[in-house]
Amino acid sequence: MQAIDLTINGKKIAAEPGMTILQAARKGGIHIPTLCEHPAIPIAGACRVCLVEVENSPKLLTACSSPVAPGMVVHTHSPRVLAARKAVVELILIRHPLDCFSCSSNGKCELQDVAYELGIKASPFTDEGDTCRDYALEDANPFYVRDMNKCILCGRCIRACDSLARYHAIDFQNRGIRTMVHPPVGKDLEHSDCTFCGQCVQLCPVGALSEKASTGQGRPWELKSVKTTCSYCGVGCELNVQVNTRTGRIANVTTDYLSPTAVNEGRCCVKGRFAWQYVHSDDRLTRPLIKENGAFREAEWAEALSLVAGRMTAIKEDFGPDAIGFFSSARCTNEENYLLQRLAREVVGTNNVDHCAHL
Amino acid sequence: MGLYRSHVLICGGTGCVSSGSLEVLEALKKGLAEKGMDKEILVVSTGCHGMCEMGPIVVVYPEGTFYCRVTAADVPELIEEHLYKGRVVERLIYKGEGKASDVPHYTEIPFYKKQHRIALRNCGYINPDSIDEYIARDGYAALVKALTEMTPEAVIEEVKTSGLRGRGGGGFPTGLKWSFCARSAGDKKYVICNADEGDPGAFMDRSLLEGDPHAVVEGMLLGAYAMGANEGYIYCRAEYPLAIKRLKRTIEQATEYGLLGEHILGTDFSFELHIKEGAGAFVCGEETALMASIEGRRGMPRPRPPFPANKGLWGKPSNINNVETWANVPSIIRNGGEWYAAMGTEKSKGTKVFALTGKVNHTGLVEVPMGTTIREIVFEIGGGILNGKKFKAVQIGGPSGGCLTKDHLDIPISYESLSQVGAIMGSGGLVVMDEDNCMVDVAKFFLEFTQAESCGKCPPCREGTKKMLDILTRICAGKGKPEDLEALEYLGTMIKETSLCGLGQTAPNPVLTTLRYFRDEYEAHINEKRCPAGACTELTRFIIDADKCIGCTKCARVCPADAITGAVKQPHVIDQDKCVKCGACAEACPVKAIDRR
Amino acid sequence: MKGLGETFGSGAMTNDFKSIKEADVLFVIGSNTTETHPVIGSWIKECKAKGAKLIVCDPRKIELSRYADVHIRHNSGSDVALVNGIMHVILRDGLQDQAFIDERVENFEALRKVVMEYTPEKTSEITGVPAELIEEAARTYAAGPNSAIFYTMGITQHQSGTDNVRSLANLSLLCGMMGRPGTGVNPLRGQNNVQGACDMGALPNVFTGYQKVDSKDVRARMSDLWACGDLPASPGMTLVKMMEAAGKGDLKSLFIMGENPMVTDPDTNHVRHALENLDFLVVQDIFLTETAQMADVVLPAACWAEKEGTYTNTTRTVLRVRKAVEAPGEARADWEILNDLARSFGAAWDFRSASDVFDAIAACTPSYGGLSHRRLDEGPLAWPCPTADHPGTPNLHVGKFARPNGKATFAPREWQKPHEWPDEQFPFLATTGRILYHYHSGSMSRRSAPGEFVRELFIEINPADAQALHVDEGMMLRVTSRRGTVSGKAKITDRVPPKMIFLPFHFAEAGANLLTAAVVDPDSETPAYKISAVKVEKA
Repeated sequence: MQAIDLTINGKKIAAEPGMTILQAARKGGIHIPTLCEHPAIPIAGACRVCLVEVENSPKLLTACSSPVAPGMVVHTHSPRVLAARKAVVELILIRHPLDCFSCSSNGKCELQDVAYELGIKASPFTDEGDTCRDYALEDANPFYVRDMNKCILCGRCIRACDSLARYHAIDFQNRGIRTMVHPPVGKDLEHSDCTFCGQCVQLCPVGALSEKASTGQGRPWELKSVKTTCSYCGVGCELNVQVNTRTGRIANVTTDYLSPTAVNEGRCCVKGRFAWQYVHSDDRLTRPLIKENGAFREAEWAEALSLVAGRMTAIKEDFGPDAIGFFSSARCTNEENYLLQRLAREVVGTNNVDHCAHL
Repeated sequence: MGLYRSHVLICGGTGCVSSGSLEVLEALKKGLAEKGMDKEILVVSTGCHGMCEMGPIVVVYPEGTFYCRVTAADVPELIEEHLYKGRVVERLIYKGEGKASDVPHYTEIPFYKKQHRIALRNCGYINPDSIDEYIARDGYAALVKALTEMTPEAVIEEVKTSGLRGRGGGGFPTGLKWSFCARSAGDKKYVICNADEGDPGAFMDRSLLEGDPHAVVEGMLLGAYAMGANEGYIYCRAEYPLAIKRLKRTIEQATEYGLLGEHILGTDFSFELHIKEGAGAFVCGEETALMASIEGRRGMPRPRPPFPANKGLWGKPSNINNVETWANVPSIIRNGGEWYAAMGTEKSKGTKVFALTGKVNHTGLVEVPMGTTIREIVFEIGGGILNGKKFKAVQIGGPSGGCLTKDHLDIPISYESLSQVGAIMGSGGLVVMDEDNCMVDVAKFFLEFTQAESCGKCPPCREGTKKMLDILTRICAGKGKPEDLEALEYLGTMIKETSLCGLGQTAPNPVLTTLRYFRDEYEAHINEKRCPAGACTELTRFIIDADKCIGCTKCARVCPADAITGAVKQPHVIDQDKCVKCGACAEACPVKAIDRR
Repeated sequence: MKGLGETFGSGAMTNDFKSIKEADVLFVIGSNTTETHPVIGSWIKECKAKGAKLIVCDPRKIELSRYADVHIRHNSGSDVALVNGIMHVILRDGLQDQAFIDERVENFEALRKVVMEYTPEKTSEITGVPAELIEEAARTYAAGPNSAIFYTMGITQHQSGTDNVRSLANLSLLCGMMGRPGTGVNPLRGQNNVQGACDMGALPNVFTGYQKVDSKDVRARMSDLWACGDLPASPGMTLVKMMEAAGKGDLKSLFIMGENPMVTDPDTNHVRHALENLDFLVVQDIFLTETAQMADVVLPAACWAEKEGTYTNTTRTVLRVRKAVEAPGEARADWEILNDLARSFGAAWDFRSASDVFDAIAACTPSYGGLSHRRLDEGPLAWPCPTADHPGTPNLHVGKFARPNGKATFAPREWQKPHEWPDEQFPFLATTGRILYHYHSGSMSRRSAPGEFVRELFIEINPADAQALHVDEGMMLRVTSRRGTVSGKAKITDRVPPKMIFLPFHFAEAGANLLTAAVVDPDSETPAYKISAVKVEKA
């Protein structure tokens, strides 16, 4: 395919056909701020933060939605663009609470980033009497909290639900300043089509949607990401476990929509994202247990293992190896299943090994 | 159709129906039947005549006698005198500025004289429920011509030649728009009629759909043939039940006559037409929002490109025009593009329908050639300002338009001339204002509308218009600050610059134009806490002129708030803190000593 | 597994995930995909939204049925008849892919003979599905051009489970829906590593890579690779058989790794008796589960986020699992425990890492031969992947089948009445299954956020039945089968047809498996969880 040559901020860029100005700019290493855009979901052109000036076009264009054309000359930071971008962010900030201290998104908030970039401390238009700033916190479910006061109505959550989760559980409701994101009129989230996959939460650019279990578990910069595979069904979703390096505990679980290795393409379900707290559960087994007179006592590993080997060897000697059976597990790894069947066959000498393939 | 010696046309438009035209129709039919005259005189319920505030309107042909404000009680006299004895019932005829003895022909009435009706040519003449009457007025002749004599390309060329531009507001050349969609590759294409008329005070589309629905359908058929579409939608707001009923009837009849459906007129051209009722959201008049709504999604605009001509309804190439645009097409094909282009100005051809409302003597629907001046519309067709008051401004183009002043009265109306002075053609709303209208209040009214109708998608429109509205509300309440004007200008400019769709990009126009032409009124509100027009209640003050007051105590007695004090025969005083500004005192005062300021 | 194995020569899911998006027709049967495999569910819905046709066959009105072009609510246990009926219509109307059959499939005449009997009328009688729907499903599936079948436990967890699978394989072969993207017969594996556990030989009759234990050559090769003496030659007992043998006292000791049969296996009362009867029970797990409580020795294991390793997903794709946090206390990874246990037995094992173990797997498993942790760190790969430069195999059966002559074979089957059917004493049909919010015995999901959202057993019951029993939403129901009784709150919904109830099995304290019978499919030994005759009362 023929490359499309264009100029952005004086730099020549060879874009691929079908690319948007934003994609071409990113390819050329030029930063254009965005809020409502996310590569995993359809373009909305809603937030107006990515407006750029294109020569011979009377109007400013949204970089996220405008396709490149040969010979196009684009300015992403001209005075006209900066004035418009500043005005847009000032407008978004009118009703946005500036309680960044306690906000779970502090440090990964994209609105924070744009305001920082433009040097905006607060909106000059915020007034005492501004309406629609007192939405009640919605936290009836154990998975995530909705704070519509922080919502900037970028619509990413709606598009995530539509195009990734494929539920359409939420949409914009009302008009004008009363516009908000909500399940259909008269329904709360817990009785809507929402299945709490949390993809909307991950895509929220601000703190309007936040995970309950990760509150206080670590700031974004304290976390390290470990790529692994979900253990909740046969799909094998790639998950990124975010671990607090200070506490050594899981803070939350995310997915990567752009990961070339993710068979799930970044999608996930409620279990993959929210069912990890058992890892740190207080009633995890921490020491080998040996039952004596009907009650368990804690034991050392060496004692427990030699007890198992000893008893089984004795049974084998008395009744033959086929008096011993092994249940392996479809929840354990390949390595573990391999070793268990080998233990049964090689060490004990029986083919009595099976797992719950059919349950 | 049988032969009749006389036709009585009764307006069946929404305006006249609400003032009682259905009762008049019943009474006429009954009266004529009783007299045995129903075989010689035909009573026809027509679409809108345009002069709605004079309704119910009855026109008797062949004389063309124009009766207005006819009630059922007038019917026996009308039958006895005019239809039986041939004598005009003078007390019911339109008086206008002329003398009562002149009985002008319908078309000689000033309201109609200056008009040139193309889109509205059948409105008020034919029974819109009868396809035969439409055909009798050359209806579907253009379709026959196109299908039998013209290639699709030739149809587009003809529309290009006519210079017709989108009548919905944008003014994009229709022929050019069609050629984009025609060129777009795809086996499935749609044509759509935008009948989501939402401007306050506008009723052009409604009247057209009610008065001549076949013209719209024929226009769409021509467009579909030209662009290679075989399916269409009319997106009509659900608040127009009569229009929807007539459209359904129209589609039934046209299908029955083989003008809709498979193999139209025996050709390879097939076309299926649906009606989609809109839920009355103003933003659904925006074409991408309208398509989203047809698809069953929330009506919200999306950025263009992709343009509907490439990716429209359900991702297929689509073309949207509004009702008036489509209604012009049959006449253009029948008479030729050059005929149409002979009317109007250099760049704005043909005619335009306006809904004339506000403080004008004759409100109603008018169609004039492009290039007509605002003065001609307001003072000649509209008969000037009500109650002899002074003309102050005219708001053109609805909530997206701008307020123009007496200095603009002689501007020949065209897309270009209006945008030069900060207004737009819009869909053709024309609201006349007099000296009693406060321009700050007017701007606030339109902004309240656009804010309430903002779809909420983009911050400039959602947050920005709300902030502008807050400031205007503050100014009207006497709490404005000097820096507010600068803020309004900044916000207005930025909203225009950064909004996603036309709704937001034009929403500040009423504020920006009034700021430009009536800045002194804003300043009076802010600096002097005074509303020059006396319209802003919270700034109104009632003051007793001590010199005139005779101390009769009447004012104090009628005051509901006990705000007036004073001894008998002594000048009275109003306590401004207690006054609720109801105006009862001023009405009660026998010597007009109480001023409203 | 077995049904597909004998028809195609391989029992795994035939196509990869990308293939779903290329299907023109999606035939989903016995799979509540949006709850059990939500991500696959989302792809199916996406595919449907882009214009594909969707056929859903399920007695329950599952979410996918909302979007279905054809929704068939057939009687439980009538799958073979339904699919035979569909094939009848295809053959009657000549919609089969004769060229494909002639070239690549054997035993066509036998199929024709069996299927001839299943007229739409007869099928309708057995399945309770209107004949028109059967005809429509047949036409839609055959029209393709690419039609894919998806199924889960709703197909396999029947006494006739293997026959159900054979029937679906027959259908796909009949229309040539095999070997291309967007086609295939795709069993969606319920558990994260059920494919891997099978691949690894955690089965009584095979070593890794389905190498048969009764083959002398295979055993010789294995004992070579493992540097050990003779390996046992006769296939061992299956899980259900082992449980039976324990009950009878023939099996004396059991080692259970990461399993909770007290909740997940059928007929809980029988399981308890069997485990109590053992001389020596060892359970290796992360929690003191219902089963672990019965053990003589409990070994604390590291969990999912605490160890390195690999899973093999439902599309035969091998994926890396990585350690993110430390295991609590002295808990250790299962592979480490097993290594040390083998040493305690006196074996000379010396695996230092999960990667070491994997290399041993690759050495003895041809289909895994080209894989290693190092290679999988670059990204997942689907087996067969025999060599280090092999790119993996996303789609099976392209061009030829894995049977000796390269051809597949039709395996026609007659419909059989289920083992148990509602009668006067037990008038309701109970079916068990999963719900979105929980996983298996619930030991993980119930200790996490979903456990707060769905806390306890609910029983889905049709509004007509609820009315007849004078039961309101949330009232307690008591359900009794020939084997046991369980109580739970009524959830009144038309998701279940009249006279059917649905119970999720994740709740140990109200275990749905108290009701189920330890009746298994004779071919695959899969328990028939989907059908139990029960009576339902207001508690």
